[in-house]
Amino acid sequence: MSLFRAETRRLSKRRFTKFFVLLALLVLGLVAGGTAYTHERTTDSTRAAAEAEADQEYQEQLRYADQAKQECQKDPSSFGGNCEGLVPPTRDQISSDQFLTPQFDFRADFPVMLTVWAALLALVAFVIGASFVGAEWNSGGMMNLLLWRPQRLRVLSTKLSALLTWLTGLSVLTGAAWTGLFWLIATLRGTTARMTPGAWQSLGLNGLRGLGLVLVAGAIGFGVASIGRHTAAALGAAIGVIVVFQFGLAIVLSLARVKFYELYLLPAWIGAWMNKSYEIIDYSAPCDYSAVNGCEAPTYTVTWQMAGVLFAAVSIIIVGASMWTIRSRDIT
Amino acid sequence: MTAVLEISGLRKTYRGRKGVRKALDGFDMVVEAGQVHGFLGPNGSGKTTTLRTLLGLIKPNDGRMAILGRPVPRHLPQVARQVGAIVESPQFFGNFSAETTLSLLADAGGVNKLRVPAVLELVGLRDRSKERVKTYSLGMKQRLAVASALLKEPKLLILDEPANGLDPGGIREMRTLMRDLSESGMTVLLSSHILGEIQLICDSVTIISAGRRVAAGSVSDVLASHTSSSVRVRLEPGVDLNGAADLLRAAGAAITVEKDHFTVGNAGNPAQITKLLAERQIYVSELTPIAADLEDVFLQLTGTAPVDGANRQVDQVAASQGGWGQ
Repeated sequence: MSLFRAETRRLSKRRFTKFFVLLALLVLGLVAGGTAYTHERTTDSTRAAAEAEADQEYQEQLRYADQAKQECQKDPSSFGGNCEGLVPPTRDQISSDQFLTPQFDFRADFPVMLTVWAALLALVAFVIGASFVGAEWNSGGMMNLLLWRPQRLRVLSTKLSALLTWLTGLSVLTGAAWTGLFWLIATLRGTTARMTPGAWQSLGLNGLRGLGLVLVAGAIGFGVASIGRHTAAALGAAIGVIVVFQFGLAIVLSLARVKFYELYLLPAWIGAWMNKSYEIIDYSAPCDYSAVNGCEAPTYTVTWQMAGVLFAAVSIIIVGASMWTIRSRDIT
Repeated sequence: MTAVLEISGLRKTYRGRKGVRKALDGFDMVVEAGQVHGFLGPNGSGKTTTLRTLLGLIKPNDGRMAILGRPVPRHLPQVARQVGAIVESPQFFGNFSAETTLSLLADAGGVNKLRVPAVLELVGLRDRSKERVKTYSLGMKQRLAVASALLKEPKLLILDEPANGLDPGGIREMRTLMRDLSESGMTVLLSSHILGEIQLICDSVTIISAGRRVAAGSVSDVLASHTSSSVRVRLEPGVDLNGAADLLRAAGAAITVEKDHFTVGNAGNPAQITKLLAERQIYVSELTPIAADLEDVFLQLTGTAPVDGANRQVDQVAASQGGWGQ
């Protein structure tokens, strides 16, 4: 327990940790501020103003149509020779909704914000996790610690559990604050209507999956940095994965017309995990014909369960490899 | 006396592109309780590998080790609480203060945090304890490393080059600290290149070369068993000193001519000197053996004495030279 306490303290005291948490909070704050700024609660007066704007727009469109008709009669060839085809818009084609500043609908819009929160925290978790163990290896702190506690597996697994516990705390705190902040934004600049117990339950499960993503990212960053014994090992691997396996692979697979090539790319799996499912449409494959819907491109649905199994497997393999290497390699 | 530390037949090999390198080749060492034991060896001789192996950082290929009577590395977790160690250069996370560093170690090792100010006071870092370690000089980091090793109030203290980077005052303080710790019953294993220090403060020594023990025992015993074969030769006034030196040199002696005498560096049998000179009617007025110090013994045993015009490489050990005239 004392080792766990020491490692939790060590993680909290690191400037790198504080810096990245502050950075994440700043970005989250900017997103929330931007959302609040670009949304407005719909009231009778805003709707009346929007109606007035729509009316004005309708009158302008009528004027343009009339003007075009007059020009067409002078020179029909420049309008394709058919002046009867120039029809002015009807009033119902110009909706007042187009002139309303959107309001923040908590039920409809907050799930996307949860994905933003989870993705940002996952990135921070990866970097903090990598640095937490990588800097220890690099500075010699890990060797020093092993002189005090010569139990390699216990030391590494305690460090990992301290990291995951700390990340859970961070995620719960920021998640609660994030939810509260957007509830406030929805109250002041939108609507909180239709938030039934079922909607809350769905958001809760979404938040839990977000927490899972954060923990997986933290564990993978920690594991890769421990295998490479340097923070840069994890960061380099992450850049390599993004450049080679995301951009590079996406281009190559797309050119090769590989069936459902998005299956090989991370965003599809993260999307499936956070949004319960992700539909991949293969536009390059021969279409599936049905008498009712005609020719439709074939689709493949990645479910959150499939994504969960993949993330768990990758985490177990990487963390397992880090445990194996610390157990078997000399510490020099 | 009981042995606090025992190593026998320790082997460690590294496999690389250039083949297999034996870092430790059947190394043995015994450190008795309550002693300050010097651990000497040239660069690359296996000192740090021995200490790392002993402390569970490196896995040996063969051999037996025991600390406080318990086989390690199997029982290392049980004895670690009683062993304080610094290995090679002091290594700490630079952005933490000395106080935080020690407090975290105390937490990790289950040591009372009240020990932290006590050890900081002991090593002279009390007033700088709240500053970040990366602002420390090498000597200050060294002091912090010693403080971290003392935090546990260990029975066995293992220090690898503790005087590295210390100023003369710091070296003297370290020497006094070692003595005080030894007198309080702590056993100290001290690896150092400062042979004068070792000779001053150590009760016993082990000398390692090329992964093997080449000498061990009390400092006086090691010095006595490897007495210098150098003798100082003074002749009667008015005798041609250079002529006499050339005469001996022609017979294979290693001569260094001084102002009023010369020394024979490889005088395995000093009687040969008087015999050769007397045959030419040259009579010796003084023939004095030159007392060896630990540095001489070290250089002789490890074969690392500098040779004029040669650049000795690490791992290169000169062949043992027999005495002239034997």
